[in-house]
Amino acid sequence: MTENDAAAAGIGRSGLVLEEPLLWERGRAGRSGMSVEESGLSAVRLPAEIAGDGPDWPNLSEPEVVRHYTRLSTWNFGVDTGMYPLGSCTMKYNPKINEFLASLPGFAKAHPLLPESAAQGALRLIRELEEFLAEIVGLEAATLQPAAGAHGELCGMLMIAAWHRQNGGRRDKVLIPDTAHGTNPASAAMCGMGEVKVPLGRDGCLETATVAGLMDEHTAGIMITNPNTLGLFESNLPEICRLVHERGGLVYADGANLNAIMGRVDMGKIGVDVLHYNLHKSMSTPHGGGGPGAGPVAVGERLIPYLPGPRVERLADGSHVWKRDLPLSIGRLHAFHGQFAVCLRAYAYILSLGPEIRTASGLAVLNANYLQAKLKHAFDLPFDRRCMHECVFTDAKQKKRGVSTLDMAKRLIDLGYHPPTVYFPLVVSGAMMIEPTESECKEDLDAFIAALLRVANEAENHPDLLRNAPVRSLAGRMDETTAARRPRLTGDMGRGGDA
Amino acid sequence: MRYFPHTKEDIGRMLAVVGAKSLDDLFADIPPECLLDRPLGLPGPISEWELVRRLEEMAAEAGGDWKVFVGAGSQPHHIPAVVPALAGRSEFLTAYTPYQPEISQGTLQAIFEFQTLIARLFGLAVANASLYDGATAMAEAVLMAGRIRGGRNVAVSELAHPHWRETLTAYLAPVPDARILALPSGPDGRTDFSRLGELPNPSVLVVQSPNFLGAFEDLPAAAEHVHAAGGLLAAGISEPFALGLAKSPGALGADIAFGEGQSLGLPQSFGGPGLGLLAARAEYMRQMPGRLVGETTDTRGRRGFVLTLSAREQHIRRARAVSNICSNAGHSALTAAVFMAAIGADGFRKTAQANLDLAERLKAGLLALGFRRLNDAPTFNEFALRVPDWFPARHAELQKRRILAGLPLAGYGRAWADAWLFGVTETAGKDGVDALLREMRP
Repeated sequence: MTENDAAAAGIGRSGLVLEEPLLWERGRAGRSGMSVEESGLSAVRLPAEIAGDGPDWPNLSEPEVVRHYTRLSTWNFGVDTGMYPLGSCTMKYNPKINEFLASLPGFAKAHPLLPESAAQGALRLIRELEEFLAEIVGLEAATLQPAAGAHGELCGMLMIAAWHRQNGGRRDKVLIPDTAHGTNPASAAMCGMGEVKVPLGRDGCLETATVAGLMDEHTAGIMITNPNTLGLFESNLPEICRLVHERGGLVYADGANLNAIMGRVDMGKIGVDVLHYNLHKSMSTPHGGGGPGAGPVAVGERLIPYLPGPRVERLADGSHVWKRDLPLSIGRLHAFHGQFAVCLRAYAYILSLGPEIRTASGLAVLNANYLQAKLKHAFDLPFDRRCMHECVFTDAKQKKRGVSTLDMAKRLIDLGYHPPTVYFPLVVSGAMMIEPTESECKEDLDAFIAALLRVANEAENHPDLLRNAPVRSLAGRMDETTAARRPRLTGDMGRGGDA
Repeated sequence: MRYFPHTKEDIGRMLAVVGAKSLDDLFADIPPECLLDRPLGLPGPISEWELVRRLEEMAAEAGGDWKVFVGAGSQPHHIPAVVPALAGRSEFLTAYTPYQPEISQGTLQAIFEFQTLIARLFGLAVANASLYDGATAMAEAVLMAGRIRGGRNVAVSELAHPHWRETLTAYLAPVPDARILALPSGPDGRTDFSRLGELPNPSVLVVQSPNFLGAFEDLPAAAEHVHAAGGLLAAGISEPFALGLAKSPGALGADIAFGEGQSLGLPQSFGGPGLGLLAARAEYMRQMPGRLVGETTDTRGRRGFVLTLSAREQHIRRARAVSNICSNAGHSALTAAVFMAAIGADGFRKTAQANLDLAERLKAGLLALGFRRLNDAPTFNEFALRVPDWFPARHAELQKRRILAGLPLAGYGRAWADAWLFGVTETAGKDGVDALLREMRP
């Protein structure tokens, strides 16, 4: 089979790809991309012991800057480019209107310390988004301060630690299923809590008896992800929550996979005490190649007093003020009020969907089950049951031909797709976690299915095609070993400095 | 709904493939006691027309049209049009963390360049790919120093941003043996390091320069004190433009530098998202939190970039990771890189000079109106003054005209009861400063 045949199964085509040097390999002294106005004032000098020369950054003209970043952008793949089925990352469409709204000068130029009377529009937005978010999962109140999902986890665990200090003492362990994201144990560790691993049950879900055997009076509670990272709903959760509460613990829910259950599942009724959102996942804000996201946290009744402060309060006349008198609050987790501009995109998204946000989850689950149904004869499916918003396959069938999950992921690049999440969750050997989101139409899903079936076929008949992939991308596989052994984290700009 | 591509027919055909009767039927396995059993109490759905109308109304009441003469960790600077135009390209904006380097070289090279430019700005060997904001960068710098030096005894200047100090306190609250010693201001408006001796085995001394009241700290003295006690110096900054004219923290003895990078091309946006900056000496690279991009080569021998040293991170090391951070402020970092590329060394220095000159003009004008200095410490584009009795009433009058002429510091600490913070950037210009001074006349 030739390259052209293979490409026919996907949407990848080679094209005009331009080289671009490092920033400082361009530029000449005397150029500038910004005209600085003369102030007409005489230059004030700082005292000699303070005065320095400023950074030795390169000087480029405006057209050079434009070429540089435009070319770099063409080396990237985003949701706007094509399907990005990265499991547990919810790479859904990021509405353009929300970018426009975030750039409105009234918001974009607002100083965070404006008097309350000057910033009513911003305070109202914060308060209403908190209410929307709490409503979507059936909890009581929320904070927008946490800057990302892991920051939300830290916020939640700080609240749980503070609640225990207030109610009978320190607890220094927390139960964490072995399917959890690495951020869970890392966030717990920052709160001085050791991780107690909870093994997976036979059907891919947590079992009450296992939790019962581990939950003791030194354990602060449990951190669960629901749906879990196998894409399965944790159906024993109500029972597990009752048990944890009986033994004096609290329940933290990681909302990384919330896109499956928005407006459909009542976390409060289940017994969840605190939950974080990833607005850059379920609420459609762009991930930006690594952030900024936002990780608001919602709580049930008993943790409300522990929320970070200050908090926005609505007065009887409908105006909004900052409430600072919060004696049990864990304090402040952000320089100001959280990722306001990210939150406003999420606010616009929720208003645009309204109660139809349930449909977004319905379609996300439909897309994932459709993929699972169409692919399960070609790839090993360790848990063959109805999935939620993502499905997890393995490379068990392809390994016999010496082809790994990594090889299949890299081959997908040649076919024009961003690979799924690979080798996670850790409990599934050779995992490929596929999350299509609701943004993909049936034709595009069918094309992606055809590409994956082509990959499975190639694994059988032309395994080298996979082992050598990708060949059509700008860059080939990277030498990551050398990168880590002899780290070069900054470039040589050819001038002094302690680098 | 315009974001959903599914037609009724598509849904019907797909449901048949998966063996479900309806979308709701896909959730039939979920125990009924878990389901939300009431109508969802959300407004909407609304059209894009209506959305724009509503949000424009809210934006008009969000305060972006105010003339604000204070920074306090959020600065209005001119943002060249090329910055949002380039950073906003959707290949950058709609990508995830660059786990697949073959199709993420745009983000990776841009962040490698960002790390290089920030390392140069701070005068240190390495910088990371960003943290959330200045406050969390300070907390992470302290945790990092704790890993390097051992122990949890932390000395923090009381002149560091109060919100950043509150964040540090919240981060350290559940750590049983953590101790924070607050070092007060001396009469000269700079941190008094003499009490550092009260703290046994300090892992780190945290100083912000220029500090919250705008004054440049004596970083060489800070370094001398903390190094003699066996700890590290973590030097922070909330206004990177100060480093256009001042010596870098690295050059003055800092082991770790941290800060807020919002000034580098990011809108203020009511305080977020910002850009957490972190740099350090080369030997501390493996204790840095957050993503790091490194240079390497691909199978074809071509230069390329990857996320590296990930054995530090939560997805590999889990509970023993150096931090829990995953998503950072990557797009803010990329935006800042475009800004630094556009402004260049010369533009940065000239703009910094304009900030200093305008601030000194404002300061001299206010002193002539009867405002009083707290001390003689040199400042950059912000400064604190004691205000005359008539000023609070005038400040309130100016607010009616959407001018915020300074920030009262009484709410931030007893020591600052009668002090106010003022600031100005190049966006005001000489005419803006002179106009404000005319408004301020008693």
